[in-house]
Amino acid sequence: MSRREEEVVIIGGGPAGLAAALSAKKAGCERILILERDKELGGILNQCIHNGFGLHTFKEELTGPEYADRYIQMVLAEEISCLLRTMVTNISLEEDGWKVVTAMNKDQGLLEIRTKSVILAMGCRERPRGALNIPGYRPAGIYSAGTAQYYVNMEGRMPGRTVVILGSGDIGLIMARRMVLEGAKVQCVAELRPYSGGLKRNIVQCLDDFGIPLYLSTTVSAIHGRERVEGVTLTRVDENGKPIPGSEWEVPCDTLLLSCGLIPENELTVGLGAQMDAKTNGPVVNERLECSISGVFACGNVLHVHELVDHVSAEADKAGRFAAAYVQTEGRLI
Amino acid sequence: MKKYDVIIIGAGVSGCAIARWLAKKERTIAVLEKASDVCEGSSKANSGIVHAGHDARTGTLKARLNVRGNEMMDALSKELDFPFRRNGSLVLCFEEISRPKLEELKERGEKNGVKGLEILSPEQVRELDPAISDDIVAALYAPSGGIVCPFGMNIALAENAAVNGVEFYLNHMVTEVKKCDGYIITAAGEKFSAPVVINAAGVYADAIHNMVSGQKIKITPRRGEYCLMDKNCGNLVHSTVFQLPSELGKGILVTPTVHGNLLVGPTAEDILDKEGVDTTAEGLSKVIELGGRSVNGLDGRLTITSFAGLRAHLELHGEEKQDFIIGEAEDAEGFFDVAGIESPGLTCAPAIGEYVAAMVNEKYPAPDKKDFIAVRKGIPNMAEATDEERHRLIAANPAYANVICRCEMVTEGEIVEAIHRPVGATTLDGVKRRTRAGMGRCQSGFCSPKTLEILARELGVDQSKITKAGGNSAILTGYTKDVVESAAQDNASMAGNAGKQADVGKGGRA
Repeated sequence: MSRREEEVVIIGGGPAGLAAALSAKKAGCERILILERDKELGGILNQCIHNGFGLHTFKEELTGPEYADRYIQMVLAEEISCLLRTMVTNISLEEDGWKVVTAMNKDQGLLEIRTKSVILAMGCRERPRGALNIPGYRPAGIYSAGTAQYYVNMEGRMPGRTVVILGSGDIGLIMARRMVLEGAKVQCVAELRPYSGGLKRNIVQCLDDFGIPLYLSTTVSAIHGRERVEGVTLTRVDENGKPIPGSEWEVPCDTLLLSCGLIPENELTVGLGAQMDAKTNGPVVNERLECSISGVFACGNVLHVHELVDHVSAEADKAGRFAAAYVQTEGRLI
Repeated sequence: MKKYDVIIIGAGVSGCAIARWLAKKERTIAVLEKASDVCEGSSKANSGIVHAGHDARTGTLKARLNVRGNEMMDALSKELDFPFRRNGSLVLCFEEISRPKLEELKERGEKNGVKGLEILSPEQVRELDPAISDDIVAALYAPSGGIVCPFGMNIALAENAAVNGVEFYLNHMVTEVKKCDGYIITAAGEKFSAPVVINAAGVYADAIHNMVSGQKIKITPRRGEYCLMDKNCGNLVHSTVFQLPSELGKGILVTPTVHGNLLVGPTAEDILDKEGVDTTAEGLSKVIELGGRSVNGLDGRLTITSFAGLRAHLELHGEEKQDFIIGEAEDAEGFFDVAGIESPGLTCAPAIGEYVAAMVNEKYPAPDKKDFIAVRKGIPNMAEATDEERHRLIAANPAYANVICRCEMVTEGEIVEAIHRPVGATTLDGVKRRTRAGMGRCQSGFCSPKTLEILARELGVDQSKITKAGGNSAILTGYTKDVVESAAQDNASMAGNAGKQADVGKGGRA
């Protein structure tokens, strides 16, 4: 097992991890290591090829990969170490206050990294079908909007031809437009709530401009097709979200995309024993973004789901500074 | 015509157990399966319970094979390396008036040969399992109750049968069984013949049986719906928790799974459609509501997936049959039925394998296979491995350090291994059932594109050919803009322009 020692280990090389690394470096930390499970830095931004990123941070409109690249270039310029294709499997706490991060990758095998401070920046994941408990068959053709986005934007592949989208979160709205541009027919977007969860600009630019109907207070009450999706039943719901009998209608489609919310990805945080917040699904943090375990900080979507990446960067910038301050004060004692 | 000594129809857990036990003798065996993988019918969608054996009527095959199957499970799970745990089971009694029924269950269990049965007070129950409802008046405790990975057992049996020479024909739906000197079977347009046929066709066992026998049987699919909950509530109960059947129905069970999730279900509803594995809003809400009677703090919002399975419920001469039909059909020599294998069929499977093999061996003796391989080693499991084991696996093959499914921590090494095993995975569901990639809380959102890529690479086909579960269940439908391009091509050729522009567009991604 290869071993090393760091001052700050950052778990996740997406927008949160990158901004946190930069600010920790600027605040004077020397030994910083970013651990990223993917083959490149940038996180989910790499598949978000639409524009609209960076209006707050850079005062200009960038695509996701462009936004990521600005930070990646700064991180490289600062010569901050990164390990790519590296999965963290565990974080534990030593009695003397050091944290031990266990990770693995193909080149080095198992790694054990002792560090004074950890910044959690693992991001979030999409809520799957099961969490929505949509009845019906379980054929191919049901994807989370982000999975479809990966196939289309990263692989150049189409996951379907005729699409219904459930949930009007931003990824769902963005994917409605994307699928149309790539040659698919998007039948409609259905939203359980009486209002959309997405940004107004996305409703206008991604649905209205393409003539895609948005049905509010509507849900998918059945999925048809045994091997591949053949259609869905949509149903109006009342003010309590309960289906209104008799309001059903069928929509033929071969694909159902789900965009029904994001959940912070906190396996490692829970494994470490940090106190969790049931409302945000993220760790409980103090005003320094430090969770219930001293020297462990959290920022970005792992802490709570953010609407804009600019906000993620701003929060992570703080987390990096607080982690650096920890290393330089309390961290000295350990 | 492909000739075998024995042909087994159906690669579910019964068919594969029979194949494995029959392979202990020198004979040629084929298994014909209509689906694209083993374990695709009732065997994949059930409670994963190893029943103690107090439910079935004393003297029935169900009772005998249940107790025997339960006894065999420790040794078999070690021999074939599949997950099994004896966590004990509880049958909860909610009303004083029902207590005699609980005692009856205990007596019946004892008559069936179940050891260690005990009626516990509510206090004793909560000592075992603190989350059990305050409304109970007593419970029957069976220490021999257990849980097993239903896929793990089915796949282990299939792999072990295959290394002992059994040939599996997947995507081979049997359309005809003809009795002549022996039997001639048509499956996927191919002809097979054998003097001995085993009918282990699950909910279709009636159709297969009725092709050769005048004594018609009928199987009604009885659907059961389930909710599988997140691992973060997997510890809510330690035992498998049943409810004493009452006028409200047979009750809903709540159990941990061998992988640490919590499973709640099943409903029971007779349906007409033998492929009717769709879930319903009513069914799923009933599961959570009734499950909540047994256990405090059951939270339906922690469901990560729901599914339905079909029990093969048997009718003979128009009457419900309470027992399995296992044996040679009276009017069809060499044709053995293994029909009506509903609960506790999974528990019984090893005993069914042993029992059917003994029956066949008696009538059609064959010498022992001297080089029979009894032991099978499972796919390495990085998530559960110690750091030393992980280190050893990665040193031998770095692909074991490349995590593909982050929720369940499944690596490229495990997925590649699952594909190249005997009767290996060819579909996303096949990989999922062998490695758990995609079975976690994100339900394959992150890993399915990567698993798809590995499947295509290892099988040497394009990603567009990879399916979720065979047939028409391809994941991808083409390339981006291909519809736009072919429309452009059509327009161009209509304009007499030989589609030059479209060629340019396609060039980049051959």
